Amino acid sequence: MAGVTALAESVAGAGGVAPETPVRPGRRGAGAWRYAVLAVLGVYFLVPIAASVWFTVRERDGVSLETYAEIPGAEGFAESLTRSLALAGLTVVLALLLMVPTVVLVNLRLPRLRTTVELLTLMPLVLPPIALVVGVRSVLSWAPDYFLNTPLAEVFFALQEPALPWILVFVYVVLALPFVYRALDAGVRGADLRTLSEAARNLGASWPRVLVSVVLPVLRTSVLNASFITVALVLGEFTVANILGFETFPTWILRIGGSQPQLSVAVSVLSLLVTWVLLLMISALDRQRGAKESS
Amino acid sequence: MLTVLGALPFFLYVTVFLLLPIGVLAVEAFRATDPVTFEESWSTDSIVAVTEGAYRRAYLGSLQLSAITALLGAVLGLALAVAILRAKRGRLLRRLVLTASGVLANFGGIPLAFAFIATIGGQGVVTALLTETLGLGLGGFSLYSMAGLAVVYLYFLIPLMVLTIVPALEALRPQWREAADNLGATGWQYWRHVGGPVLAPPVIGATMLLFASAFAAYATARALVGSSVPLVTLQIADALSSNVVIGSENLGKALALGMVLLIGLVMIFYAWVQRRTQRWLA
Repeated sequence: MAGVTALAESVAGAGGVAPETPVRPGRRGAGAWRYAVLAVLGVYFLVPIAASVWFTVRERDGVSLETYAEIPGAEGFAESLTRSLALAGLTVVLALLLMVPTVVLVNLRLPRLRTTVELLTLMPLVLPPIALVVGVRSVLSWAPDYFLNTPLAEVFFALQEPALPWILVFVYVVLALPFVYRALDAGVRGADLRTLSEAARNLGASWPRVLVSVVLPVLRTSVLNASFITVALVLGEFTVANILGFETFPTWILRIGGSQPQLSVAVSVLSLLVTWVLLLMISALDRQRGAKESS
Repeated sequence: MLTVLGALPFFLYVTVFLLLPIGVLAVEAFRATDPVTFEESWSTDSIVAVTEGAYRRAYLGSLQLSAITALLGAVLGLALAVAILRAKRGRLLRRLVLTASGVLANFGGIPLAFAFIATIGGQGVVTALLTETLGLGLGGFSLYSMAGLAVVYLYFLIPLMVLTIVPALEALRPQWREAADNLGATGWQYWRHVGGPVLAPPVIGATMLLFASAFAAYATARALVGSSVPLVTLQIADALSSNVVIGSENLGKALALGMVLLIGLVMIFYAWVQRRTQRWLA
């Protein structure tokens, strides 16, 4: 148990920006390995990005951005991207509806449940998504096998509508749990929500009122933080969509990869950019919060 | 009473969408479909089948690949984290590396595979540079192999290690090092008696996390090697998509159950190591 909690602590840094620490002056002569590490890893991390960009712009007679101009009109692009964005939006909404009340309750009223909730939310971090989705597939296959012609089977089939597969939303919420829980929990703990909500309660506010007028404004940055991480996760998720046989943005990239390598690399470069922008937004938010707290 | 009800949606949700699928896996892996009559019965055939032959090789391949990449990723990530934290004029460098790590740790799956195909794949830019322009060749290296996968996996594992270990490194107070220095300790003695023991639990934890993500990785391997490299995730996908072999669906469930059990064993081992190190620290 303690082990898993420690694992959680170590994951807390993901996506965030750490505060400054005092730097101990280095010893003379001990720094050579540092430059070697930075140089080797710098090359390792920069070369694939540079090579990908070059791969997409090189033509027989020089350089052109034609591949990027082709992206919006490519077969299936708009459709799969829209579907992925819709899935991302729905996942964010559902994950927040589920987790904001839970995290607040666990912190303020039900500390006994804390360890259980923490453990459950951390499971998806180490549990292979492919194992989870094989299980989900088995459950979904109950509809034709056991429940045929019952309302339950109708629900099962509705979940698997290829245009907007809700089942993906439900599984993605599970995959996002560790990140959403960590982000919200950090927000609740950092804001001393207990004092604030007790003050509101003493002044006569009801619990729903506390949730809307005290908790949500305080948690604004954590909610945004959790949302961005979830969006990045859903936009890049391949395993679940592939095994359940739905076409999302990543499965579309793989499908066109065989026939149009330049196009698929161009889309990959763009998706790296999108992830970059999303995470820059998170760190900008964190810095804003840090600045506000220290002032 | 009402407050307990408030936590009910969470527990219901987790039961239906997390615990139920895993539970179903554990039960249905023991079901078999008769190839002639299509009747279902209890059987350990699938479980036995996945411990033999190609499936056994796939488990071993996955374990080997994840162990090697997790260890390499941990060592290189730790080195990078120490390098940026101890740099003298490193604030800009630090911020740059941390932000880049945040992006690259999330940059897995299909786009990453295509970036590497464009780099050192058959038609890759670096491949062309090395073979045609410089006449060196790749020295027998192929992206579409176990070694190739390891190179690609490190691309998201090293940043993941940096992100998870930086908070632990920051908790290492400069005063401890100063105290050790004042008492005449050498650099080695400091790491042996102070830095190492304090860092051991988070480093082991982060390595386990790296192992779990490499073990579960499917998208990158799928895009790069199809099913030519023995990996258990690829075998599961193959078993599920095969309509030819009757009962291969159950084989997929048995393979998935095996993955869950292996990860469970790793977590138990991890909890045991954590308890050992904590006792040692106390």
